[in-house]
Amino acid sequence: MSLCNDPVIRNQWHVICALEDISPRNTHTTLLGESVSFAANTDTTGARAWRTDAPDTSLPVTCAYGYLWTCLGTADKPLFALPEYAEADRRNVCAATVGVRVSAPRAVENFLDMGHFPYVHTGILGEQPHTEVREYDVTVEESTNDVIATRCRFYQPMAAAGADGGMLVEYIYRVPHPYCSVLYKSCPSDESRLDVIALFVQPVTEETIRAHALVSVIDENSTDLSIRMFQQTIFGQDKPILENQFPKRLPLDPRAETPIRADKSAIVYRRWLSDLGITYGVIPAAA
Amino acid sequence: MITLYDYELSGNCYKIRLLLSILGIKYHSHTVEFYPAAEHKAPWFRQINPLGQLPVLQDDDYTLCDSQAIMVYLASRYDSGNSWYPRDDPQRLGSVSRWLAFADSITNSASSARLVEGFFYDFDAVACRAEAHRLFRILDEHLWFNAKSGHHWIVTGDSPTIADIACFPYIMLSEEGSISRQDYPAIRRWSDHVKRIPGFTVMPGIFPAGPAQ
Repeated sequence: MSLCNDPVIRNQWHVICALEDISPRNTHTTLLGESVSFAANTDTTGARAWRTDAPDTSLPVTCAYGYLWTCLGTADKPLFALPEYAEADRRNVCAATVGVRVSAPRAVENFLDMGHFPYVHTGILGEQPHTEVREYDVTVEESTNDVIATRCRFYQPMAAAGADGGMLVEYIYRVPHPYCSVLYKSCPSDESRLDVIALFVQPVTEETIRAHALVSVIDENSTDLSIRMFQQTIFGQDKPILENQFPKRLPLDPRAETPIRADKSAIVYRRWLSDLGITYGVIPAAA
Repeated sequence: MITLYDYELSGNCYKIRLLLSILGIKYHSHTVEFYPAAEHKAPWFRQINPLGQLPVLQDDDYTLCDSQAIMVYLASRYDSGNSWYPRDDPQRLGSVSRWLAFADSITNSASSARLVEGFFYDFDAVACRAEAHRLFRILDEHLWFNAKSGHHWIVTGDSPTIADIACFPYIMLSEEGSISRQDYPAIRRWSDHVKRIPGFTVMPGIFPAGPAQ
């Protein structure tokens, strides 16, 4: 396994495990091709992580949004903000951790894509003949440098675990981290609020990931189990699509793959990765 | 009333959902969170099935575990045409049993490789894949010779049996365990026939057949 020598990715916080799945016993995972161990501890951080072959040196950790995050390089800035997570009336559910043979950027790009809903998530996030992706806006926000897609609208037969029939759903997508995306969508139970679904991708290697989902919703009725099962179904449907993408790394050369209008957010995401100088999990554009 | 102790991403549970759908039987699904909660190993579930395995079927006060056994029961009880479990034909019935056992071997290999890759189980994935390829080769040859004599299904005859349903899920999910089906053309043709059985239904990771040609 080749180690990651992309400094931008090395210095990011990366998700490694749901906090509820951490035990006092040592657990191992792989991050950027390196074996990393972690365990619950009793000090203020709640958990400790270290390189498996260097057990005496602790890695930095952050416990946030239901997950444990670490950094193999120098964490030069805090993890991105997700203020909704702290709202008192939200249900925060760590919904799934699934292994997928795909690069992290391909997984994020699939998350941003509405065009596949009627075909891959049939009867849930879309259905024929409602296949049109209407015009939407994508920008890179100046203050935060997040990619933001707004005015996304899509007809969904079952938008969430708590949905009761089809609705035209409004989406805002945000990419605050090269391997993470946050989706804000109309809440079936409260018109004035937005449900949050976040995809946190753990880059195991350049071409394999663990996909972690956080669901943060205003929903008094659904059980945690039904929220998790809903998300597992969606991940299970995406998995074969992602694993059959070729090449597995995301090509950043604008001529490498032919986008259509609906792929506007993917075009901006790819350009944004290029501008950040990302090389891990992508095929960089020729200079 | 039928209750199925069920997990959406389990191929063995999907077998039962598929047969129930084909036979047009209404049922209630009781979700048991296999992953990550491992609820099938919880004490309450072990009281229902001491083996700690999914699926389990309850039909009024009758409880049955093991996906293959459940299919035998459902077909024997609810298939009035007697075609899915051909009780009146000893040779076909024998063949059905043979391929049900074969389906268990597919579960122990192809499904195990999928559990390693997707759900972080600690099995020997290399050995599981090798065994799955050995089984797929045997089935592919069998189906190729069947097709040559005009038969579409695993057990020779005019209509499918529960042997087809038993083998189908973990073959179709094999790529999630890095087991390609590229070299098994007869399996691919057979799986298209299965997908066109009236009442066919999907699970995450398995797609419906394309438009008929």
